[in-house]
Amino acid sequence: MEANTHLQSEPHGPPSGIMRWILTTNHKDIGTMYLIFSLIMFFVGGAMSMVIRAELFQPGLQIVEPEFFNQMTTLHGLIMVFGAIMPAGVGLANWMLPLMIGAPDMAMPRLNNWSFWLLPFAAIMLVSTLFMEGGGPNFGWTFYAPLSTTYAPPSTTYFIFAVHILGISSIMGAINIIATILNLRAPNLTMMKLPLFAWTWLITSYLLIAVMPVLAGAVTMMLFDIHFGTSFFNAAGGGDPVLFQHIFWFFGHPEVYIIILPAFGIVSSIIPTFSRKRLFGYSAMVWATASIAFLSLIVWAHHMFTVGMPLTGELFFMLATMLIAVPTGVKVFNWTATMFRGSISFETPMLFASAFLVLFTMAGFSGLMLSIAPANMQYHDTYFVVGHFHYVLVPGALFSVFAAVYYWLPKWTGYMYDEILGKVHFWLSFIGVNVTFFPMHFVGLAGMPRRIPDYALQFADFNAISSVGGFLFGVTQLLFVFIIIKCVKGGKKASAKYWDGAHGLEWSVPSPAPYHTFVRPPEIEEDKDYF
Amino acid sequence: MQRLSVCVFLMFASLWTCNGVSAFNMKKGVSDVSNSVYDLHMTMFFICICIGVIVYGFMFYAMIKHRKSKGAKASNFHENAFIEIVWTTIPFLILIAISIPATHTLIKIYNQDDSEIDIKITAYQWKWQYEYLGEGVSFFSNLQTPKEEIVGIRKKNPNYLLEVDNPLIIPVDKKVRFLVTSSDVIHSWFMPDFAIKRDAIPGFINEIWTKVKYIGTYRGQCAELCGKDHAYMPIVVEAKSQQEFDSWIKNKKIEAKKERELASKKWSKQELMTRGEATYKKICAACHQPNGKGSPPVFPALDGAAIVKDKDKIAHHIDIVTHGIKGTAMQAFIHQLSLVDIAAVITYERNAWGNKTGDVIYPQDINNYIKTGKYQPQNK
Ligand code: HEC
Ligand SMILES: [Cu+2]
Repeated sequence: MEANTHLQSEPHGPPSGIMRWILTTNHKDIGTMYLIFSLIMFFVGGAMSMVIRAELFQPGLQIVEPEFFNQMTTLHGLIMVFGAIMPAGVGLANWMLPLMIGAPDMAMPRLNNWSFWLLPFAAIMLVSTLFMEGGGPNFGWTFYAPLSTTYAPPSTTYFIFAVHILGISSIMGAINIIATILNLRAPNLTMMKLPLFAWTWLITSYLLIAVMPVLAGAVTMMLFDIHFGTSFFNAAGGGDPVLFQHIFWFFGHPEVYIIILPAFGIVSSIIPTFSRKRLFGYSAMVWATASIAFLSLIVWAHHMFTVGMPLTGELFFMLATMLIAVPTGVKVFNWTATMFRGSISFETPMLFASAFLVLFTMAGFSGLMLSIAPANMQYHDTYFVVGHFHYVLVPGALFSVFAAVYYWLPKWTGYMYDEILGKVHFWLSFIGVNVTFFPMHFVGLAGMPRRIPDYALQFADFNAISSVGGFLFGVTQLLFVFIIIKCVKGGKKASAKYWDGAHGLEWSVPSPAPYHTFVRPPEIEEDKDYF
Repeated sequence: MQRLSVCVFLMFASLWTCNGVSAFNMKKGVSDVSNSVYDLHMTMFFICICIGVIVYGFMFYAMIKHRKSKGAKASNFHENAFIEIVWTTIPFLILIAISIPATHTLIKIYNQDDSEIDIKITAYQWKWQYEYLGEGVSFFSNLQTPKEEIVGIRKKNPNYLLEVDNPLIIPVDKKVRFLVTSSDVIHSWFMPDFAIKRDAIPGFINEIWTKVKYIGTYRGQCAELCGKDHAYMPIVVEAKSQQEFDSWIKNKKIEAKKERELASKKWSKQELMTRGEATYKKICAACHQPNGKGSPPVFPALDGAAIVKDKDKIAHHIDIVTHGIKGTAMQAFIHQLSLVDIAAVITYERNAWGNKTGDVIYPQDINNYIKTGKYQPQNK
C-alpha cells in the first residue's frame, strides 16, 4: 500500500547545477551523460586515427615515430571499443529501455550512477599513459603477451587498472539492464512483445557478464607477471604465451557481438518504422540473436588459426565460425523482408539504418571468407582483417548509433533535428567510410600487414585513398556535433509520435520525455505490438 | 537494378581474371598449397558475389520501388515459417559445400611427413635467424633498406622495406619444413607466395612446410605486432635450382669455418673497433640508438653507463652481452654473434661516444668468459 502511494506522489524535477549530474540516479540523465562521454571519446579516438592515417598517407616515416604510431593504434582501438561504442550502446539502453518497457527507471539507479562515473576516471587513466615515461600502451588493443608484459612500457600497470575499472562498469551496467528488463516491464508486457532493442540488450548483458570477468582475469595475470614474478605468459618461466590469446579471445570474440547486437536491436526498431510495416519474423529474430550470442562463445580461436593449433582444433573453430553465418543471414533476410513491399521513406535514421544493412552484409561476406581456415592463413593480420572489422564497427555499430541518435533525438530534446544537415552528414559519412575502408581489403589481399607505420611501395596508392577517405569521414563528424547542438538549442517542436510509422511505448510519452515517466505503469493491450 | 548488378559483377570478374598478379588480390603463389588456398579464396569470393547479387537485388529493389514517395502502400505480411526455413537451410547447405574443399586444403597444410630439408626459423626483435638443421649453417637476415630511404632523404627503391642482407635460400621442388619459434615476443613468418603464415612464439616450435615450384625471389614480412620495428623485419626467400642450392650451402659451410678460425687470430684494437661499429649499427642500434643514447626508460643509454665505463664491471658487461638480461628485451647474443663480433662490439661500446676507456676485449677473452665465467685478460 505504501509503495502504491509513493508511486502516485507527484514527480519532482531535477536538482540544479553540477550536483544534478554527479548525484543523479535518473536514467535519462545518466543516459545523456553516457552519450556525451561516448561522443567525446569518439573524437579522442578519432583524432588518433587521423594521426594513423596521416602517417600512412605515404610510405616512409613522415609524421610520427614507430613507437608513437604503435601507441596510436593501440589507444585508438581501446578507446573506440571501450570508450566510444560500448558507452554509446549503454547510453541508449539507459535512455530508451525504461521508456520501451514502461518502467519508471532502471532497476538499480544508484548502481547506474556509479557505472557511469567510473568511466571518466578509467578514460583519464588510460589517456594519461601517453604522457608517462616510456609512453602509453604500444602492444595493440589485443595486447598479446609477452609484448604486453615482459616487453611492455611501465605505463602498462595504469592500462591494466583502466581495463579493470571499465570492466567493473560494464558488469554493473549489464546487471542493471538484466534486472530492469526482467523485473520492471509494465504488467502484461510479455517477453515476446518486447522491442528487439530490449531483447538484444538482454542477451548482450548476459554476454558481458560471461566474458568481462575473463578479461579481468587476463589483465590480472599480466599484472602478476609484470610485478610479482609469476610466469603465466612467460615461456622462460614455464608459462604459455598462447594461453593469453585463448583467454583474450574468449573475451574478445563475444566482445564483437556485445558491440553489434545492440546495433541489431536499433536497426530492428528503425527499419519497420520507416518501412511502415511490421518487423518480419520477430520470433526468428529473437532466436537468431540468442544463437549468435551462444555461438560467439565457442568460436574464439578463429582469431588464432596461425598459432599452430592441432588440425582438429582448426577444423572445429572453422566450422563453428561458419555456422554464425546462418543466424546472421536470417537477420539480414528478415530486415530485407521487412522493407519489401513496405512504404519506405528515407529520413536520416533510415538512411543510416539502410547503410547499416548494406554495409554490414559486406562485412558478413568478408567475415565468412575469414572463417575459412586455410585462406585465413593469407588474410590473418593483414589489412583485409582491418577492412573487415572496420566494416563491422563503423558502418555497422557506429552507423546504428548515428541512426539511433537521429531517431530518438527529438524525443530527448523536444525539437526536430535539421533534416537537410542530417542527410548531408549521412552522405558524407557514407562516402567517407567506403573510401576509407574498402581499399583496405585490396591492400590486405595483396599482403600488407596491419599495425605498421611504413609499408612497401606497391601499397601506396590504396593507402593514400584510404587516408583521404579517413580525413573526409573525420571532418564530417564535426557536422554531427553541430547538428546535435542545434537540435538541443531549438527548432521545430517534436510531437509525441513524430515518426508516423513508429510503434512502442516510448512514443506514448511527450517529447521531450519528462524527467519522470511511467510513474504509473502504462496499460498494455492484449493484441497490440510494442516493437 | 539489373544493370547495376551486371556492372558490379563485371567489376569483380575482372578482379578474378587478374589471377594473383595484381596489386589488389591474393597471390596465387608458387606452391601447391598456395594454389589451393587461392582457389578456395576465389571460390568463396564468387559465392559471396552470388549471394550478394540476390540479397542486394532484393534490398535495392525494395529501397527503390517500395517507396512512400512513389505511392507504395505497405502490405502487412510479417511472418512466413516456410520462407524462414528456406533461408536458414540454404545457407547451411552452402556452408557444408564450402567446408569440404576447405577441410581438404587444411589437411594438406597439416601433412608434415617426409620433409627433405629442415630449416629452423627463430624470430628476434627485429630480425630473423635461419638455421639449416644438420648442416651447421646459420645466419641472420636483417632489413637492408637504408634509413635515408625510410625518412625520405633518398628516393625509395622498388623493393623498399622488402629487402634483406641475407635471404633465405631454398631449393625448388623439395619439401622444405620450417620450424618456427621466437626468442622474445611473438612474431609471425608471413610469405604470401607460399600461403604460409606461422606465428613465431617463444617456448613453442611451430611446423609448416612448402614445396616451391618456380625459381625466383619471394618477399614477405613479419605479420604479428612485435614492438617498435615491426614494420622493419621483412622476409626474403630465394628459391634456387638444386645445383645452385648445393653450391651455395657448400660455400656457406666454408665461410662458417673461416669465421670460427677468426676467433684465434690476433686482433688489433683498430680492427676490433671497425668490426664492432658495424655490428653495433646492425644489431644494437635498433634499441640503444646509433649514438648510444638509447630511448629510456625501456632501452638504456650505453654512452656513459657504469657497466660500459667501469674497469671492474667488464665481466658484468660481457655477461650482459653474451647471456642477456632475463625478462627484458636485452637478448643473449651468444647465439646470434660470433666470439669475434661479441668482442668487437664490446670493445666498440667501451671506446665509442664519450666512453673513451681504452679497454680492448679480445675473442679469446669472451671464449674464456663463457667457459669459466671469469674475465681474465690474457693478451695485453
Ligand atoms: C631488442 C632491443 C635490444 C637490442 C637489439 C640490444 N639491447 Fe642491450 N639492452 C636492451 C634493454 C631493454 C636493456 C635493459 C635491460 C634492463 O631492463 O636491465 C639493455 C641493456 C644493455 C646493457 C646494460 C646497460 C646498463 O646500463 O644496464 C648493455 C651493456 C647492452 N644492453 C648492450 C647491448 C649490445 C652490445 C647490443 C648489441 C649486440 C645490445 N645491447 C642490443 C635492449 C636491447
Ligand atoms: Cu616481428
